[in-house]
Amino acid sequence: MTTTEIPASTSSKLTRRLGFAALVSIVVFLAMALVISPPDVSQRDAVRLFYLHVPTATIAFYFAPAIIAVGSVMYLWKKSTFWDLAAGTAAELAVIFSAFTLVTGMLWGKPTWGLYWTWEPRLTATAVSFVLFVGYLAVRKLDLDPVIRSQRAAVLGLIAAANTLLVRYSVQIWKGIHQGTTISPMNMQISGLMWGTALIGFVSFTLVFAWLMIHRFRVAWLEHQLAEVGLDLAISERRAERDVAGAASTDVRLTGEGA
Amino acid sequence: MLSDALLVARKDLLIEMRSKVLTTQLLPFGMIVLILFGFGLSPDRTVPTGVANESRPLLAQVAPGLFWLAVFFSALLAFSRAFAIEASDGNLDALRLTGLDPAGIFLGKAAAIALELFVLEIVLGAGSFLLYAPELNDPILLAVTVVSTTLAVALAGTLYAALASGMRVRDTLVPLLALPALSPVLLGASVATEAALFGPSSDGWMWAGLLGAFALLYTGAGILAFGRVLEES
Amino acid sequence: MLESSPSPVVQLTGAVSLLGRFPALAGADLAIDAGEIALLEGPNGAGKSTLLRLCAGLAPLNQGSGAVLGHDLSRRVARRALRREVGLLSHATALYDELTVEQNVVFWSKANGTIVADVEPAMQALGLAGRLRTVPVSGLSAGQRRRTSMAILVCRRPRLWLLDEPHAGLDAAGRDLIDDLIRRAVTAGATVMLASHEADRANDLATMHVSVVGGHTSVEGRSC
Repeated sequence: MTTTEIPASTSSKLTRRLGFAALVSIVVFLAMALVISPPDVSQRDAVRLFYLHVPTATIAFYFAPAIIAVGSVMYLWKKSTFWDLAAGTAAELAVIFSAFTLVTGMLWGKPTWGLYWTWEPRLTATAVSFVLFVGYLAVRKLDLDPVIRSQRAAVLGLIAAANTLLVRYSVQIWKGIHQGTTISPMNMQISGLMWGTALIGFVSFTLVFAWLMIHRFRVAWLEHQLAEVGLDLAISERRAERDVAGAASTDVRLTGEGA
Repeated sequence: MLSDALLVARKDLLIEMRSKVLTTQLLPFGMIVLILFGFGLSPDRTVPTGVANESRPLLAQVAPGLFWLAVFFSALLAFSRAFAIEASDGNLDALRLTGLDPAGIFLGKAAAIALELFVLEIVLGAGSFLLYAPELNDPILLAVTVVSTTLAVALAGTLYAALASGMRVRDTLVPLLALPALSPVLLGASVATEAALFGPSSDGWMWAGLLGAFALLYTGAGILAFGRVLEES
Repeated sequence: MLESSPSPVVQLTGAVSLLGRFPALAGADLAIDAGEIALLEGPNGAGKSTLLRLCAGLAPLNQGSGAVLGHDLSRRVARRALRREVGLLSHATALYDELTVEQNVVFWSKANGTIVADVEPAMQALGLAGRLRTVPVSGLSAGQRRRTSMAILVCRRPRLWLLDEPHAGLDAAGRDLIDDLIRRAVTAGATVMLASHEADRANDLATMHVSVVGGHTSVEGRSC
């Protein structure tokens, strides 16, 4: 019977520093995005949403799924809870970030294209990926033996990641009016202050993502520990059944399930 | 692996012939969906074909998408059924005790579903032609599209149904997993079919290739993963 | 990895097996030698079925150690290999309702890799070769289903028989049949574990008694 010390919170020196850095960069970013940087020539102030939209999209569809995929592979290989929980945490954040991406994308689309929604590649692929992540989270909540559940989730995680790529690819071939990549070393359609703002946007959102990942992962880890402790408890309760029943096998009504 | 697959496929098809789920549930469901689409979309509206001053009925133009939607929804019933058969009474345990290769079980079940879907598609296809009267530009492309789409759908569906198997929530979870994952297949199938019916074929062949890639992805995924998914209860 | 003295067919030490979060087995210690007929006795919910499934390689071994037929239960590959060598007759009959008796036996026999020649004699022995042959399983009584499952098990010629309430639903003749099959299997070198509430019959058969209570086991006594 292990007595684990339950920590009072999931923060640590690392997260406090990280959180501080994230906070500072967010403040700077907001200042630049909302106030300091100029309105775009054609999009005007709507471009400010773009600063929010692109980093969250990158995180939601590249960083987080990468973690899910890696976590799933590592779990299937090493069977360590660490990787399983890492994948699960990343998926939760992926759902949140992709929801945010969709919303900001829609809000951006209205003034820019005149529509909240169009059936064009990135948006459509985004919506599909969003639902896939939700499905992945649903599988993680299945009422199954925890090891089996984690295995199934890991299999699904890998398939979903591969599928997401295919979705994006296929919808890309299908014509679209989405902006081409505006941020790349080769092809900078924006410059100067706007580029700086976008860069800070990436940095600050990544910091926030990391901060959230660490905290949420730690909570998940504690939940896992709790389940283990619960198991030890259940075993000793089961033992108590036997002691109550005594050595002889008389018919005793028990609270356990299954035969 | 393949002989195991044949054994399982035969068994599933035998069960299907006895229980007649295909004919009593899937087919009527598919037909109803097709007909309802006709109600939902006005039959008098026309769209330009892009050739001179011709136009064709809206329903004919969208028939490919409608057809595949009807097939996809009916397929969901088939997936649930494939594992409902095994869910009863310790069958999964018994399967684990056999020496059957899990990859073989996967392929066998998928093959049985694919066959049922083919039958469904022939009937619904005939129905679509009757109801919506589209043209037919490239029959070969159509055939290739139908085959690759059906295989992709059957393989993916079997895998996702297995992931959700044994659960009461299976019937809601399978659509949640399978439909988004299959959305590119739906897209590809519709566009390719449209090309096969109305032309030009070149667009269609590119999509047919994507569909084939999809089928391959799920064949590989299923063969590799099914063993893990089947493990324990 | 066999020692010079014959190692037990079933060897469990502090075995814990979870059903979801519930410890169906919370520390089972057991040693069964080859040729034994071990009777599992205990109240409902005690873990008898889980114990049988554990020995079949189907239930997980979450804590403790165990080896059945030389396979280490904590290793997935070993568990898979073990499954092919056991025969499990559980509460659930594992048959396809829509198919006939014959179709079920043939399918499961092929799936199990049974010798084709064994199928017909097994069906004869279990009284399935006559009228019942072409009856869909959904039209069978509980006892008839059990006999069908038994036929499939017999064909497998497993080294370890795991029977969960094998006599349930059978008439006296059927029970005699089962007992006979068990004895013949043991003579041919198999080992049997059975869970049963049928005290009289089971006592006649059993060579050792195992009490299962609250997820734990204790060997009550051996006879013969």
